[in-house]
Amino acid sequence: MIPELGNFSLVLALSLAVLLSVLPMVGVYRNNQLLMTLSRPICSGIWVFMVVSFSCLAWAFLYDDFSVAYVARNSNTLLPWYYKFTAVWGGHEGSLLLWVLMVASWTYAVSLFSRNLPLDILARVLSVMGIISVCFLLFMLLTSNPFDRLMLNTPAEGTDLNPLLQDFGLIVHPPFLYMGYVGFSVAYAFAITALLTGKLDAAWARWTRPWTNTAWAFLTIGIALGSWWAYYELGWGGWWFWDPVENVAFMPWLVGTALIHSLAVTEKRGVFKSWTVLLAIAAFSLSLLGTFIVRSGLITSVHAFAVDPERGLVLLAILLLVIGASLFLYALRAPVVKGSASYTATSREVFLLINNILLVVSTAGILLGTLYPLIHEAINGEANMVSVGPPYFNTIFLPLMAILAAFLTVGSISRWKKTSLSYLKQQLMKVLVCSVVLGILVPLVVTREVNVAIFIAVTLAFWIVFGIVRDIQIKTANKNSLVAGLKSLSLSYYGMQIAHLGMAVIILGICLTSHYSVEQDVRLAPGEQLEIGRYTFIFVGVSPVQGPNYVADAGEITVLKNGKSYLSLFPEKRTYRATGSVQTEADINVGFFRDLFAALGDPRGEDAWVVRIHVKPFVFWIWLGAFLMAGGGITAILDKRYRVRETKNLKAKTSEQVKASGSIDLLGEAS
Amino acid sequence: MANEKKQPMNKRLKLFIPVAVFITMAGFLLFGLTRDPNIVPSALVDKPLPEFSLPGLYPETGEFSRADIVGDILIVNIWGSWCLPCHIEHPFLLEMSEKDPSLTFVGISYDDSMAEDRLFLEERGNPFDYNVVDLGGSLRIDLGVTGAPETFLVDANGMILYRHIGAIDSTIWKNTFEPLLAQIR
Amino acid sequence: MLLSSRLMILVLLLLSFQAMGAIQEYAFDSEQEEDRFKKLTYEMRCPKCLNSNLAGSDAPIAADLRREIYDQITEGRSNDEIIEFMSSRYGDFILYRPRLTIATFFLWFSPAILLLAGFFIARRMMLASQLSGQNDGALSSEEQDKLQRLLDNQSD
Repeated sequence: MIPELGNFSLVLALSLAVLLSVLPMVGVYRNNQLLMTLSRPICSGIWVFMVVSFSCLAWAFLYDDFSVAYVARNSNTLLPWYYKFTAVWGGHEGSLLLWVLMVASWTYAVSLFSRNLPLDILARVLSVMGIISVCFLLFMLLTSNPFDRLMLNTPAEGTDLNPLLQDFGLIVHPPFLYMGYVGFSVAYAFAITALLTGKLDAAWARWTRPWTNTAWAFLTIGIALGSWWAYYELGWGGWWFWDPVENVAFMPWLVGTALIHSLAVTEKRGVFKSWTVLLAIAAFSLSLLGTFIVRSGLITSVHAFAVDPERGLVLLAILLLVIGASLFLYALRAPVVKGSASYTATSREVFLLINNILLVVSTAGILLGTLYPLIHEAINGEANMVSVGPPYFNTIFLPLMAILAAFLTVGSISRWKKTSLSYLKQQLMKVLVCSVVLGILVPLVVTREVNVAIFIAVTLAFWIVFGIVRDIQIKTANKNSLVAGLKSLSLSYYGMQIAHLGMAVIILGICLTSHYSVEQDVRLAPGEQLEIGRYTFIFVGVSPVQGPNYVADAGEITVLKNGKSYLSLFPEKRTYRATGSVQTEADINVGFFRDLFAALGDPRGEDAWVVRIHVKPFVFWIWLGAFLMAGGGITAILDKRYRVRETKNLKAKTSEQVKASGSIDLLGEAS
Repeated sequence: MANEKKQPMNKRLKLFIPVAVFITMAGFLLFGLTRDPNIVPSALVDKPLPEFSLPGLYPETGEFSRADIVGDILIVNIWGSWCLPCHIEHPFLLEMSEKDPSLTFVGISYDDSMAEDRLFLEERGNPFDYNVVDLGGSLRIDLGVTGAPETFLVDANGMILYRHIGAIDSTIWKNTFEPLLAQIR
Repeated sequence: MLLSSRLMILVLLLLSFQAMGAIQEYAFDSEQEEDRFKKLTYEMRCPKCLNSNLAGSDAPIAADLRREIYDQITEGRSNDEIIEFMSSRYGDFILYRPRLTIATFFLWFSPAILLLAGFFIARRMMLASQLSGQNDGALSSEEQDKLQRLLDNQSD
């Protein structure tokens, strides 16, 4: 009965979502307060039914109800209970349920936290989000219902969860990722509302910013967790593969980053308005595109769900509806939301515009690379198919990011409207000299060699860090004391600087890991050893181990540091009982400055094994940087100005500003 | 604001660029849905079967080279007794080799299980007219093989016409091999 | 404490083994050759797998191809020769770095073209902004500043 209850809740949620997408809109155009006010209770209704539905599926997993087809395919009685729970989102149907639950949660959150929004705006925003819920609930109920029963024989045992997914990383990675993906739907709904009403003022940007930041922070953490999971679970020490599934999560992140910056300009200066709207539409569109690519089996990937062209067609139809219609609306209505103010070549506006160009071009390059095999095949036939992999993506992406980092400091130290070149020179000369000197000295002292890539990366990292320090100095210079100065700075300012610091940390992490990692595949018999730098890895041997639902060969490697005993690593090679699939479990000793990584390969002869051993300096910094970025995003939205109730006064002022606006924007600009 | 009305049509048209880009992309996505991304055609189609000189599975047959087997229509099957899908397709290969004597079946086995391969053929029947062992693995690389089983159709001139990845069965045979065979006969 | 004493015992035990160096899976004459091997196995796709390179794949054919690349490097073949060898058998599909041809020109150069276009548009926008700032009916810069201060005060 419980699965039927879950199914029934889904149907109820769908009915309410239909109401949500229609009633408030009707209310807006009939000027009917009641219909508009109804949107709030409907949102809470949808959310409650989605939670009930999700709990029902979780119940079916925890109680091994294998009569539910989805449970039978993704669980097993031997699975520990926590993996049974996370298996809820281990496959296509359940993860879609989680996806829709997230949409419902964001919608509900908007209805809760936007008390100070004008009712007609809120009604439109919630309606747009209702349309998204309708699409995906319909998609789920028609093509991928997680509650479908196996009508005839209920299996006594389930097939088991994919061993790759039996892992802590999977417990937390998809919820964060989906929170981010789906979170952009709020900015999207605000953007559509702006197009519909033609009202896009500083107040609009101020409402949109906290939602965008939150979604972006979730997505940042989601991507970081995914990369961390790949690092220790896929078994060979890579942390980013430019796999299509990674790319489709990364693209909305890049556009979301651009959106955060352009929203800042729109709020402060009232320019780039239609561009901001386009970015908001693009960020969510790319999230949807990602959902489509992952779930249609369109492109070969290590992470993709099972191939099903029929689902793909339905999803493509949703894409056409949601993205196509909104871009069409944009084309028709963009001139209405134009804004203008004047700025000069070295103003902060222009530097943020450059930031946007770089981020959008990177996204375009990644999108092109991801879809290129498909385009190539469509044009040239299947005779000579091509692959596009990491060498391509690194070639286009890294230089763009280097330029971005170079502009980052200039942009954050420059001022709105007009910044004289001599001012920039004066403020940044020392910063530039210091970072170049350290960029040469630090690698030289540590490794006794200078390498162009390392020089660029280290210089850029110092450039950002010193830039932050210099900027704080400038901002606190006219205060009585440093402490008073620091206190006077807003949380959103700190948020920005923390996120920028995260960027510096990531640059260092990526570059130092890529260049200084030592990776060795060696054949080791018990007692044999391998020396890498200060570390000596001694292979003790392999012994059998019993897990709850697997058997494993567990290796033991003793590590000496400078010849003294240091620690032991226990990499495993597991064979899962239900499916017989073999899974390498690397053992990693995580450190602030280096990770020690060991994974078991294949047995070679008597007692000897091929062992993969890596020493990876600074790899931890990649995730540290990502968490700093996310932390920065969250810090910024704690700023008190987002909690201040918008007064009528402010609104009047800002709309005045809009009325006074000229006609400047990126795409339809006046010549 | 005054110049908004005067804005020529092509300025307004620029705003349609995003939707145009998206529609184009959707077209490619639709195309993508019609194909299976896991099927990668062999680069060797319409190229001659590579040269080789390899021992037979049975010591008494001695060595084989390309010249020994080319001349008839060949069904070249890469297999190994360790490979499960090979077990699945084996009865079908047996059936075909009995039904159609005009086809010459060539079995190329991975080199790591010769004794087991012989045992396997002894127990379950031998569909192959030639049994070759890919000692050292050079032939499978020359053939662009991705794993076992794979089946190549080679015409009487020694040209490769088609490569199938994975186990073959009567449906696959009917849909892909038979039309090609009808063409060359 | 328990752990560290166990470690000590282990270390003592190990000293009694003859400490031998590890055997490299693939031994190279020079670091340069090893780097080439790494580059080639990282930049070629395992033909059997969903989407992983030769270096990171457990598939038997990936092991065969790694061995083949190793052999060819030690035989003194150049990277270009090895890439040609592989792509003539497995198609361009095996190359993660698409070769620059007329067909892939668009792929390799469109980011650069887009970047130039972006900067061009940005420049035009800027000029337009300065123009409109001078003579249209928008708020003067002083008025803008005033408004901005009002907005900022509201928030701070």
